[in-house]
Amino acid sequence: MANTLPKTPMLDELETGEWPSFVKEIKMAAKENPMSSDLLALLERSYKEKIGHWKHGGIVGVMGYGGGVIGRYNDLPEEYPNISHFHTMRINQPSGWFYTTDALRKICDIWEKRGSGLTNMHGSTGDIILLGTSTDQLEPTFSDLAKIDFDIGGSGSDVRTPSCCCGMARCEWACYDTMQCCYDFTMAYQDELHRPAFPYKFKFKFSGCPNDCVASIARSDMSIIGTWRDEIQMDKDAIAEYAANGMDIKSDVVDNCPAKCMEWDGKELLIDNQYCRRCMHCINVMPKALRPGKDRGATILLGAKAPIVEGALLSSVLIPFIKMEPPYKEIMDMVERIWDLWCEEGKARERVGEFIQRVGLGNFLEAIEVEPVAEMVAFPRENPYVFYEEYFEEGDDDEEEGGDDE
Amino acid sequence: MAEERRTDYGPPHFEQFLPPVIKENYGKWKYHEVLKPGVMVHVSETGDKLYTVRAASGRLTSIQKIRMYCDLADKYCGGHLRFTSRHNVEFLMDSDKNIEPLIADLKDMGHPIGGIGNSISAIVHTQGWIHCHSAATDASGVVKCVMDDLIEYFKEMKLPGKLRVALACCLNMCGAVHCSDIAILGIHRRPPRIDHANLYKMCEIPSVSASCPTAAIRPATVDGKQSVEVIEERCMFCANCFTVCPSMPMADPLNDGVSIWIGGKVSNARHEPMFSKLAIPFLPNNPPRWPEVTTAIRNLVELWAANARKYERMGEWIERIGWPKFFRMSGIEFQKEHIDDFKHAGLTYKRSTHLTF
Repeated sequence: MANTLPKTPMLDELETGEWPSFVKEIKMAAKENPMSSDLLALLERSYKEKIGHWKHGGIVGVMGYGGGVIGRYNDLPEEYPNISHFHTMRINQPSGWFYTTDALRKICDIWEKRGSGLTNMHGSTGDIILLGTSTDQLEPTFSDLAKIDFDIGGSGSDVRTPSCCCGMARCEWACYDTMQCCYDFTMAYQDELHRPAFPYKFKFKFSGCPNDCVASIARSDMSIIGTWRDEIQMDKDAIAEYAANGMDIKSDVVDNCPAKCMEWDGKELLIDNQYCRRCMHCINVMPKALRPGKDRGATILLGAKAPIVEGALLSSVLIPFIKMEPPYKEIMDMVERIWDLWCEEGKARERVGEFIQRVGLGNFLEAIEVEPVAEMVAFPRENPYVFYEEYFEEGDDDEEEGGDDE
Repeated sequence: MAEERRTDYGPPHFEQFLPPVIKENYGKWKYHEVLKPGVMVHVSETGDKLYTVRAASGRLTSIQKIRMYCDLADKYCGGHLRFTSRHNVEFLMDSDKNIEPLIADLKDMGHPIGGIGNSISAIVHTQGWIHCHSAATDASGVVKCVMDDLIEYFKEMKLPGKLRVALACCLNMCGAVHCSDIAILGIHRRPPRIDHANLYKMCEIPSVSASCPTAAIRPATVDGKQSVEVIEERCMFCANCFTVCPSMPMADPLNDGVSIWIGGKVSNARHEPMFSKLAIPFLPNNPPRWPEVTTAIRNLVELWAANARKYERMGEWIERIGWPKFFRMSGIEFQKEHIDDFKHAGLTYKRSTHLTF
């Protein structure tokens, strides 16, 4: 059945131009699906009125899960009855967003039958977004998805669906197996992912190298970013080839090194690896000649978030270097100590990063039993207001803490 | 007998979705080369090659379109494809023989090829008026207009470095735009209009008060009903109160619009990651084509492209020349709104005589 589409003169203007048109996508779906047809009409109205028409979500979901479905109702249900409820389902994507056409077609078939026929490939956190269906279709959709082994992702105050770069599947810079690690963490924390029990959301993102293609340092509470400890691997013949092909190694590579730890004499490239900051620039520019070292692992950083509530944060270093080997027990133990503390002491809607700002990194480290190291700060404190916790009294035993042996 | 209900089985394991050339060379990739815009080859230690063609996709994708992608992947890629962290679709092949016919088919479908290397990749964005209750602007529409205008920079590699654009339709930033070369951020500018008739039924008053980061909300009795009042001069339009209480709506056609933030980055290459900083405090919502936004962004892209050194991202360039110079060069008027007045604002004041004239 092909529906007659509503008149949408404003949206029609977005069918022109070279960039793929989302209006064409909605129209394609709307020809077959009355939900998408109503969505088109409601969006046209928003374009005229310059305001959205979606109400706050109610609590909807599938049995036994507390997250993964975003409830949505429009504020004009009598005029747009087919989308009076229009809930979104977040479906946990496979690591690295790789698919077979067989798997994608099965998802499409389910969504053709159960929902609007519209998706996001993918949402900002990384899930497959099935955009819009009615309350009575949520449980059947989940049941259909279970038959093809796709599970629901996170929403609300839980572990959000972890995501990762394509890592060792297609990148020579992957310093650990991001896709397997992302899968292992996702499987280890299914309960935390599906049943919100935290003060607020908690995101993991796994990047294979400091280029950070999944923006983990900006967007995840725990950022696991691949790095290496030994020397950059160098292929001298390939360097000569880059030079012979016209690359200006001094201006393109050496002058852009933030550590100023490289020299080029026209023939030989020297790297003083003890000062290398693992920024990736030289490796990015000469991928045939330079590669990360062989002693690989990850830097673990904590606390990134967008502005709501207390301001945006980037993640900061928690563990400068750790080998990334399954089953990642040391990391998972630490994650659980962090969650225990944050669940006990964190305020509602307070992300881990904000919690650390409030209690102080020093106190936070003590509570999670991690020793402070200089890599955790950009520089030591500039103010002299130090909170010493103990002091000596006259007559204290000389062997008390703080006494030097000499 | 009822079927046992499965839960908590997690995502399917990725391995079943990998093409054979990836399975065989997993972790063995040696180097890659960008062959031309939107096309790259990865070469393995074993000598195997993996060709990738990257095409623009709109994020909002119909099942009809996904099936068209699948048809192409079946025809040219042995039934395998992937998506990127910026909503692009990628086709993966173990030989170069199908690259050109695939590109021709993608172009016929209306999907430009590009977004690799020194180019503008697709805009990470949010739901906007399509599906969000707190949007201050549309997302897909603004993205469509900006990318239509900048399409040459997606399809070619003629920029000094990478340029990453992101859009979030409100300060909640589902698009986490705060570390982008150019961030388009929907903003509200009118304090919440309190629905006193319903607030006491819908919301917990202590939670509403506590939600405000500037303590602008306090309990009040209005027309005999328990409600709240907002000290309007303290409201910075974050909408956190609306998130916890539907009776505090912020959206307002006369006052909502778009702000532009620049100079952020996520990668550690050269300079450490940086937040984006405010360039243009407010541009109007002017659907369907948002001309003020597309013009402002084109001007920023072209100013950077004309003046940055090779590899220099937007923020690295501005840090080198200094923000006052940037404002002079761009013609953007520096206003009170550009000066931070939230936490740690003092750290953003200029604390030296390192100035250009």
